[in-house]
Amino acid sequence: MEYFAIVIGAIFVNNIVLAQFLGICPYIGVSAKVSTSVGMSGAVLFVMTLATIVTFLIYNFILEPFNVTYLQTISYILVISSLVQMVEIILKKVSPELYQALGIFLPLITTNCAIMGVALLTVQNEFNLMQGVVFAISHAAGFALAIILFAGIREHLDLMDLPKAMRGAPAALVVAGILALAFMGFAGLV
Amino acid sequence: MNQWQNFSKGLIKDNPVYILLLGLCPALGVTTSAFNGLGMGLATTFVLLGSNFVVSIIKNFIPAKVRIPSFIVIIASFVTIVELTMEAYMPDLFESLGLFIPLIVVNCLVMGRAEAFASKKDTLSAVIDALGMGLGFALALTMLGGLREILGAYSIFGIQLIPGATDGMLVFVLAPGAFIGMGYLIILFNYLKKKTA
Repeated sequence: MEYFAIVIGAIFVNNIVLAQFLGICPYIGVSAKVSTSVGMSGAVLFVMTLATIVTFLIYNFILEPFNVTYLQTISYILVISSLVQMVEIILKKVSPELYQALGIFLPLITTNCAIMGVALLTVQNEFNLMQGVVFAISHAAGFALAIILFAGIREHLDLMDLPKAMRGAPAALVVAGILALAFMGFAGLV
Repeated sequence: MNQWQNFSKGLIKDNPVYILLLGLCPALGVTTSAFNGLGMGLATTFVLLGSNFVVSIIKNFIPAKVRIPSFIVIIASFVTIVELTMEAYMPDLFESLGLFIPLIVVNCLVMGRAEAFASKKDTLSAVIDALGMGLGFALALTMLGGLREILGAYSIFGIQLIPGATDGMLVFVLAPGAFIGMGYLIILFNYLKKKTA
């Protein structure tokens, strides 16, 4: 039941993009086509889960026992960026197909605040490791839901006869706003 | 390019949020009021100033291969300074900005200026660039925060505009208002850019 609340809360109620404003850069940047947004979601799912596990271990076994939690920001960003680099190297060797699919999105992920945001939220909510993993996976699923829905709408938006000033980013943001309005309907669910 | 142009380009012509579309997460996330926007903008300006200054000084000692991790450590150090200072002296603001203070470290604007500008130019230009870009960012956040506060709570910087009216259009304080408000401000800045060019 407790896990159910985490999952529903992360995907619908506190959707990472539409309610918490994390990961907006890829949300606007790589949502022009459904296929690329699926690839991006896969990469986010992969890295977010790994990063949450690693930062959880670092926080609980290094930062807290030695009483240096003020180093949280520095250690997290270093760990996440080297993790992304490592994942890239390993994927290239072990699974060239997966690398083909996710490869170009991986470097973009280091500066994706969603990854770091979820790692920080896991600590803030005082989750244990299992809850943290569920939390990360459901946030990644929320990201996937938001970006794939949005990409589907944007593919149609390109065919519309919009006023010149609205084309591109402004129209995308207004559509994102309406999508956020729809997601507000889930408020109070858990 | 003289130093004045270097400074003023960040305000309208290359405004980091509305023209370059950098740092959108904090721009949408913290701007529920003009004051929060201004606070976040100034915190980012400080980090940008510190990182551009340090990067431009030590750029010749950093091997090209490890420059990105070095920049990250420099930026993260300044973010930690802001985090601890704000928690100690401005606990209310720290509370309302929340997660977005440590997340300055992944703000593409800060990293972008270090990589694209400070690592190639002299210290004075880098500092002036940081000031211009930082203030442009602060201007952008204060404008969006002000817009949302005026429409959502009928007040600006906490001052009531219509006596007695406290319940504004709530939707502008909540998430959808951020996206829609920013969409229209992008149109405004594109227009201003065209006009001043």
